[in-house]
Amino acid sequence: MLEAFNFRVILEYMPLYLQCFLATLWMSGLALVGAILVGIIACSMRLSQSRNLKVLAGVYIETIRSTPLLVQLYFFYFGLPTLGIMLPEWVTGVIALILNSGAYYAEIIRSGIQSIHSGQTEAGIASGMNYFQRMSYIILPQALGMTIRPMLGQAIVLVKDSSLLSLISIMELTRAGQLLTSDRFMPAEGFLTTAVFYLILYYMLKSLSSWSEKRLIFREAH
Amino acid sequence: MWGFYFNELMRSLPYFFDGVWMTIGVSGLSLVAGTVIGFICGIIRAGRNKILRAIVGVWVDVIRGTPFLVQVFIVFFILPSAGIELEAFPAAVIALSNLTASFICEIVASGIIAVPKGQREAATASGLSNYQQLRYIVLPQAMRSIMAPLVGQYVLLVKDSSVVSAIGVVDITRVGWLTVQRVPEGLMVFGLVGLLYFAICYPLINLSGYLERRMTIVNTRL
Repeated sequence: MLEAFNFRVILEYMPLYLQCFLATLWMSGLALVGAILVGIIACSMRLSQSRNLKVLAGVYIETIRSTPLLVQLYFFYFGLPTLGIMLPEWVTGVIALILNSGAYYAEIIRSGIQSIHSGQTEAGIASGMNYFQRMSYIILPQALGMTIRPMLGQAIVLVKDSSLLSLISIMELTRAGQLLTSDRFMPAEGFLTTAVFYLILYYMLKSLSSWSEKRLIFREAH
Repeated sequence: MWGFYFNELMRSLPYFFDGVWMTIGVSGLSLVAGTVIGFICGIIRAGRNKILRAIVGVWVDVIRGTPFLVQVFIVFFILPSAGIELEAFPAAVIALSNLTASFICEIVASGIIAVPKGQREAATASGLSNYQQLRYIVLPQAMRSIMAPLVGQYVLLVKDSSVVSAIGVVDITRVGWLTVQRVPEGLMVFGLVGLLYFAICYPLINLSGYLERRMTIVNTRL
């Protein structure tokens, strides 16, 4: 297999790969920002005093966590047009990614906030701080140290999940591999190159994760 | 029109139940194989042999760093060109077992490492062999921190099994995809698909949460 490995074809398709690499990069980036925002909103709904908001956020989070992303993706891809909403594929894909990762981010942020000892909140109340002061000066700065690693872990998951967008014919890294396979029938060249590009992203995020652990969390602890 | 489509969907319910069995079959086989391989690799990864440890580490990184969809394509399209012809079903089971094993490997390894060193030293002092130490001292204690993430991993396994529909395994997702070509009501069809996954995953998620609470209580009592 290896002696037949054709690097020339990979070079020929490199512009396509780079273009698709960028597409994966910016779609995941956009979804990441959106997912963190959705996560913050869902988490504050879940921790709020209002019962309705709590239930609503709970249903959202549990539904997303109990169904596969691919099914959610198809749900929007086949479902939105029946409601008369016509969106470009990539918008549908990014929305599905945002809603999916948003639920996980809500849980990550919640466990970060709840890991802060209740004595901290009580001390804040005793010092006469209001809710927002307690959150922004006491709880969140400490919770951030706890959540930064799982947050980057979820970012890695998000980048990998974006490969599913190829199944609704969006141009991204996995799609490039599929194209090379169907054009030249060279699956080894096609998919192994795709895998290498994903590994580059993975190692970048992973080293960012261990760097932030050393830099940020160690200082938090002292 | 909606009622007509609903009746159509009800008439294709038997296909959906076939899909459920396929999902359970693929996930169940991969669960057993992945758990066995994962435990073996986890023990190696927490062990003393540096070379074996590094090899397992690289394998885990490569599997974690690439999307499952790409791994499925690699197994399904590239192994045949290396002379190993595979049907879709065994290819799906191989890819899914491999993925699950790599995650369980990390869970088991960190569970073993979390057991205090003194336990092993005491076992050595009592004259237990390496195997006896692992079997009677280390693993029983490690199981406490392994159980909850292990069940959590099984939830991910069932959800990831939806991806193998891309190579034509007729699981719940694939049945939904085939049905939506006939019954163009995406929300209804994939709502049903999501419901079926929910029925499998939600109890597992709760089991994982229950185990986590139970194991933590045991921990604090000690």
